[in-house]
Amino acid sequence: MNRTLSNKQLTDDLVRPVFNTSVWFYAVVFAAGTVVACGAVAWGYQLWYGIGLSGKRWPTFWALYLTNFVFWIGISHAGTLISAILRLVNAGWRRPVTRCAEVITVFALMIGAMFPIIHLGRPWLAFWLFPYPSAREIWPNFRSPLAWDFFAINTYLTGSLLFLFLPMIPDFALIRDRATGWRRTFYGTLSFGWRGTTKQWNRLESAMQIMAVAILPVAVSVHTIVSFDFSMANVPMWHSTIFGPYFVAGAIFSGIAGLIIAMAALRKALHLEHYLLPLHFENLGKLLLLMAILWGYFVFNERLTVWYGNEPHEMAVFWATQRGAYAPLYWTMVICNFVLPLAILMNPYTRGIIGCVVASTGVVIGMWLERFLIIVPSLTHKQLPYSWGTYQPTPVELLIMAATFAAMILLYTLFAKFVPIIAIWEMKAGLPSRMDQSVLDEERLQSTRLGSEPLPDAIGQGGAQR
Amino acid sequence: MAHRWGMAVDLDKCTGCEACVTACHAENNIPTVSAEQAARGRAMHWIRVERYFEGDFPDVRVKFRPVLCQQCDNAPCEAVCPTYASHHNEDGLNAQVYNRCIGTRYCANACPYNVRFFNFFNPEWPKPLHLQLNPDVSIREVGVMEKCTFCVQRIKAAKTTAKAENRALVDGALQPACAQSCPTTAIVFGDLNDPNSRVARLARSPRGWKLLEDLGAEPKITYLHKQPWYESDAQ
Repeated sequence: MNRTLSNKQLTDDLVRPVFNTSVWFYAVVFAAGTVVACGAVAWGYQLWYGIGLSGKRWPTFWALYLTNFVFWIGISHAGTLISAILRLVNAGWRRPVTRCAEVITVFALMIGAMFPIIHLGRPWLAFWLFPYPSAREIWPNFRSPLAWDFFAINTYLTGSLLFLFLPMIPDFALIRDRATGWRRTFYGTLSFGWRGTTKQWNRLESAMQIMAVAILPVAVSVHTIVSFDFSMANVPMWHSTIFGPYFVAGAIFSGIAGLIIAMAALRKALHLEHYLLPLHFENLGKLLLLMAILWGYFVFNERLTVWYGNEPHEMAVFWATQRGAYAPLYWTMVICNFVLPLAILMNPYTRGIIGCVVASTGVVIGMWLERFLIIVPSLTHKQLPYSWGTYQPTPVELLIMAATFAAMILLYTLFAKFVPIIAIWEMKAGLPSRMDQSVLDEERLQSTRLGSEPLPDAIGQGGAQR
Repeated sequence: MAHRWGMAVDLDKCTGCEACVTACHAENNIPTVSAEQAARGRAMHWIRVERYFEGDFPDVRVKFRPVLCQQCDNAPCEAVCPTYASHHNEDGLNAQVYNRCIGTRYCANACPYNVRFFNFFNPEWPKPLHLQLNPDVSIREVGVMEKCTFCVQRIKAAKTTAKAENRALVDGALQPACAQSCPTTAIVFGDLNDPNSRVARLARSPRGWKLLEDLGAEPKITYLHKQPWYESDAQ
């Protein structure tokens, strides 16, 4: 990407965190770990006494946990989806972005998938959702959107893990060849005997192409199915055909915002100023702007049809959010998700790194509020006004929620410590200096066979030459 | 389907005395919660008497409407349960298998009548209520949903007795606790498959209507009233 970077400097810069540990690493791990531990204690407390320690009540049976579930599954849509699209269109600028995006997907999915379990009345029986053969021949109810959820999220998590892991193999081999002691064993195991032969590169490239194509429909279906949890139930303002695409757009929206924040943090913490360039923030900022406009379009559609249809059950929810008890949250959401990103990102002068991070922070807050405002006002204003309710979160819920944000920071920090957060071989493949005649010849050979992007050769990658 | 249990609730007869609520608590081992927990929305009443007020004091008109599980033929709660804890039984009842419930609470969201209740904590009864638990009804542990069963334990017992005595069930002999305790006989229970049963005749009454009928859940409870429900209807 950057013409001034040499092959060696690139390797040194990106492998450095694996071998050198800064004090900040320990500080962040300790701080985030403490919050995660507090959350675990809170969850243990809830397991012991019952879900009554949360603020849930009749008739608000779903609230903060499910808000966080949808929020985190949404955040997970940054990585794999964006990375797969950029890979397929062969966008050169994607190279430093893909891995840190794909990691967000995997961790956000793991965190998000925790919430339906935390939220269960009897979490120790969550395994009943598995379609395992039992002596009594009882299967999960395949008509239930929650069963669909279970399969969709597991498919997406498996796919994303593969999609993340495959391109890490050459980098693990690179570290293995430079390491001694336990690191050599550790990275040697993870690199699955990678030697950097042409055959291995071919297989890796084919596998990446297949995964990129396969993961796209899975990603779209996952958040559609998450939206089905709501739209399948005959609850005012849940029962809407727009929810599938609306949720997918919102997921990508919040995902990009999460990615921008993570990239800015990495850039500062790991001194990646030469790799994560203003160009990347500019491009992702434009993508965020596009999604903000799309999100505004969806919300406008959803609200206008409800208001015009004037159906009494739905109007109760509509006015509760528009100018009732939930109005402050609603209008904060509109400002965070629409007004703020448009104001910052439409202007080329404010679309810098800081501008993008400010807009992204707004979007993350706004999208969290959006999920809350989809779930809670509808449940508190169902058809019979006699059973209208209210909701207030409790400290246990808030602590568990804070712990998941800390868990994301913790997992991300640990990952960036043990794995090069930028794909080294992909960066090298994009270096113009490498385009000497032998490489170009080899590439021509590959591209006729695969129709894929330029490949790096094996030198400096695997153990074959060492 | 041999039986199709249904109910008729005559709102013209209901005085709002809440004897049905008390009887239901006693019959079905429904836990009582503290005032503080009740204020936090954890009270459980499988049957509740909704009160609607019209006009200003002293010229107030009060309406009562007992609401319990409508035992819908096309129940929204059943399809959404991932573990079949909520399912349709052979008598057309919406059965809840407590041991199979994992507490997703999805059924309660899907239910438009809000008649499903969740055990937020393990059940407790203030002394001496703990001595009057009904041995025919299981106690639900923390984390499971529960709701009106149409006193399924009484239905089972009556069917078993009738079978042992080799006779058909007699209309009116089998009553859930709410119908049994209603001093004005506003609640009538019976078999809708028997066209001559009291409940089947009342279900055909021109005074009858269903709660939130337009949602298409096909409830098996018919509400009856001749008095105008809203003041404005009378004029």
